[in-house]
Amino acid sequence: MKQEKREMRRRGPAFRQVKAAFLDTVPVLTGYLVLGFGFGVIFRSHGYGVLFAAAMSIFVYAGSMQYVAVDLITGGATLLATALATLMVNIRHLFYGISMIDAYKDIPRKPFLIFTLTDETYSLVSHREAVEKQEDPARYCFLVSLFNYSYWIAGSVIGAALGAVLPFSTEGIDFALTALFLTIFTEQWLGTKEHLPALVGLGASLAALLLLGSDDFLILAMLLILALLWLLGRREVKRHE
Amino acid sequence: MNNARVIAMIAVISAVTVALRFLPFLIFGKGRKTPPFLSYLGRVLPYAIMGMLVVYCLRGVTLLSAPHGLPEAIASATVVLLHVWRRNTLLSILGGTVVYMLLVQLVF
Repeated sequence: MKQEKREMRRRGPAFRQVKAAFLDTVPVLTGYLVLGFGFGVIFRSHGYGVLFAAAMSIFVYAGSMQYVAVDLITGGATLLATALATLMVNIRHLFYGISMIDAYKDIPRKPFLIFTLTDETYSLVSHREAVEKQEDPARYCFLVSLFNYSYWIAGSVIGAALGAVLPFSTEGIDFALTALFLTIFTEQWLGTKEHLPALVGLGASLAALLLLGSDDFLILAMLLILALLWLLGRREVKRHE
Repeated sequence: MNNARVIAMIAVISAVTVALRFLPFLIFGKGRKTPPFLSYLGRVLPYAIMGMLVVYCLRGVTLLSAPHGLPEAIASATVVLLHVWRRNTLLSILGGTVVYMLLVQLVF
């Protein structure tokens, strides 16, 4: 009886969906554990322990911003400067929201899905061909979001708890996130005949990077992308109207 | 810095981040028909953003001094070639990351 139940769980659609979501988030698992761990270690080295690291990861949940936040906190920034810095670093999240409006229109657990829309989660749930192949796309999006969220919190709590002790060198493991984005970029490229949007993203970002340097290029990149896509899209939007 | 102040800063960072994530849905959600241009953006943005995120991840690479971005270039090429070859996401990511770790730890 027990075995039968286990068998059913193993083969049931719910289990399969959990498994598919988990496998797709494995790259994020490695990246988030390492980057979260790094954040926890750094935050602790400035005297802020597990509770602060956990609070930051639970309520902010934005990778690069949390590293910037350590600088802001230790540097004694004002609340206004903190708000502005957050706006600059995280403004790209507006993009994610805009592109998920239709996909998340009537989805269950919508507030949670929106709150957990990080770069990495977005890269998985915005991959519509992959999501729509799932038995239960809404559940898949929820599980991917939940898994990623828990990896990040776990990584930062472990980092803050342990400090800087690891038995082997993990130098370079954060490339997993670059590799994740590159893989999705390649997969999208292979899956469509329409390469202009991808080229616009690459080209505009490179141009902005060359013009402004690595600290400030993101906002210009986004404006360029919007302007170019608007030019490209005018014809197409007219056709749909 | 005292704890109350740190908590206030975390609250501010959280509030701004959450606002940025929810804003598009609050403005255009709730049964209203999404404007055609935004629907179009929703369709093409994922392609453009993935290109942007790749550049964003590699923004710190210095081409003018050693190792001239070689570890990143080799590892990125590994990811793309593996993916074109097998189209197995996990293999591409794992392969590229292992190559990168070996390069930065043992070669460069």
